Amino acid sequence: MRVLIVEDDDILRDGLKVGLALAGFTSDAVGTCDAAATALAANGFDAVVLDLMLPDGSGLDILRDLRARQNDVPVLLLTARDTVRDRVAGLDTGADDYLGKPFDLDEVAARLRALARRSSGRASAGLEWSTLKLDPARQSVEQAGKPVQLSRREYSILHTLMSHPGVIFSKAKLEDKLYGWQEEIESNAVEVHIHHLRNKLGPGLIETIRGIGYRLGGAG
Amino acid sequence: MQSLRTRLFAILLITTGLLWLSATVWIFLSTRAEVERVLDARLMEAARMVNSLIVSPDMMKEEGDGDTGRPAQSAIKIPLLEHPHYDRQLSCQIWSLDGTLIGKSDSAPDMTLAPHATGFSETVINGETWRVFAVENASLGVRVLVGDNLRIRDRLVNDLVKGLLLPALLIIPLLAVLIWLSVGRGLAPLRKLAGDLAAREASDLHAIEDTGTTREISPVLKSLNGLFARVAGAREREQNFIAFAAHELRTPLAGLKTQAQVALASDDGEIREKALGQIVAGVDRTGKLVRQLLDIASVEASESARPAAGFDVGETLANLRTELAGQAHRVDVVINGPMFGLRISMDPDLFRLAARNLLENAINHSPSGATVCCRTERRDRHLVIAIDDEGPGIPEEEMPRVTERFFRGRFKAAAGSGLGLSIVERALDRTGAELELCNRESGGLSARIVLPLALVEAATRAQV
Repeated sequence: MRVLIVEDDDILRDGLKVGLALAGFTSDAVGTCDAAATALAANGFDAVVLDLMLPDGSGLDILRDLRARQNDVPVLLLTARDTVRDRVAGLDTGADDYLGKPFDLDEVAARLRALARRSSGRASAGLEWSTLKLDPARQSVEQAGKPVQLSRREYSILHTLMSHPGVIFSKAKLEDKLYGWQEEIESNAVEVHIHHLRNKLGPGLIETIRGIGYRLGGAG
Repeated sequence: MQSLRTRLFAILLITTGLLWLSATVWIFLSTRAEVERVLDARLMEAARMVNSLIVSPDMMKEEGDGDTGRPAQSAIKIPLLEHPHYDRQLSCQIWSLDGTLIGKSDSAPDMTLAPHATGFSETVINGETWRVFAVENASLGVRVLVGDNLRIRDRLVNDLVKGLLLPALLIIPLLAVLIWLSVGRGLAPLRKLAGDLAAREASDLHAIEDTGTTREISPVLKSLNGLFARVAGAREREQNFIAFAAHELRTPLAGLKTQAQVALASDDGEIREKALGQIVAGVDRTGKLVRQLLDIASVEASESARPAAGFDVGETLANLRTELAGQAHRVDVVINGPMFGLRISMDPDLFRLAARNLLENAINHSPSGATVCCRTERRDRHLVIAIDDEGPGIPEEEMPRVTERFFRGRFKAAAGSGLGLSIVERALDRTGAELELCNRESGGLSARIVLPLALVEAATRAQV
């Protein structure tokens, strides 16, 4: 899951980026409205963590722009102003959820997972595909009741594919979900991770659609 | 609490009553004097009339011949107007000069009305006071006495005054009612204003509409509305400050907590170490923020500067340099020689506060290895203490806003809170000095404290 963090405080921004990575998210972090607008124009995010008070404007303006452009990426507002009036203003502008500072890192992660789940139209927290079970909260994968050890990247690819069963993901799109901007992408990284996944979970689980990309295949 | 209406009512009623009373007393006195004058004239006229009636010696002879020396049987009757209350007002006696009563009117007593020869006198007969006018007719040898009873006179005056007082007594309650109603009506605009004010919510600070109020109420309304506007402004500033303060305090706390949770959750030593480093930096920053919030509170709490004291500018800056050395990355702070020994006289704490924040800003915005230069210059009647840095300066469009509380510009320092320049401006304002900020042509910012030469101690003024 790829998340955009918009927060002007250096220490908090860094903490969120590292903390969300630990929770299995891929994240990009920016500190101003301008940078946020540029990042959101790229449109590859599954969720946005948005601070309200930014040095060059209000997070609400970013939110308003986003919704005006029919972009319905889930937005979690983070703010120090958490009176009822502020919360109502935030939610009415188009935010999906709201957290007052200081918050708990685990709660941010849980809410982001819930937002992503709801935006993809699922009710339960866990993902299932034939005998495969993925628990986003614990970043754990089980096949036929037995735990499977996956690396962070492998888990991310599996999570992306299982979130949208039947949808074909191009290599570029999977790379988007795997890497933040500053991270170096190895040229054949996705192929390598898919190869490892097939080794661990059985060859039929991930189908290669030649020239287009990958999707979950038959009964793995 | 006293009612304005009752107060006005009492004042009006008492003054009106006093006016009535003094008018009545005046009328009483003048009426009595007038009545006395008229009645005295009547006495005099009556006496002279009687005297002239008996002037003919024949008449006297005819009467007196028969029985000289005895009192005349038929007393002279003086015609009087018939009046139920005042009939027989006048009494008349005619005495011979040797003391014999020659004749008298019906109402006259038998005793002599007056012992004197001519003119007015007052005598008490049978407990009643008589006012008597006497005319002596030497040629006929008689004395004519005409008198009236003072009791009757008093009754006349009293009746007159009663005629005045009675309607007054009836009118006063009526007047009271009218005054009460008029005062109430006159105070109606005030009552309306009070009602409008009472009906407002405590938090409602909108202006009261000035529609058709009176000339007297209008200024009150204007100053009330002015006050409302000021209070509303102050409240808004306060709310903004609280919102900003909440943001500025909660954000670093959120950062600390997040970094702590990262350190707890990660098995990677490198990530943990970095998170702990961030926590230390965050605590330093929060500590500074708390210090600055307290500084703002203390600067704003002191209505005016504390007593001025002389201090050495160079030494003060050098002390601050030492104090800030711990947190400064490699920045060289140069204090020009002539600043040492230059003494100014103002609140030393406020100056220190301002200088510390400016120096800190200069250091925090300087690239590593840069120089911060402290120098003085003279400008007309002012001393300028400048702190020049080699940082990015302040974008011109941000200049007007940099002294706003919590404003942080594009080139903000990592450790900034947006309070520093606001504190400097307020602190200098209290001491009569001014803050001046300008971008240097060679790059960087020049932050200047401009103070009147009068604040420089006379002995060291030559140094400027």
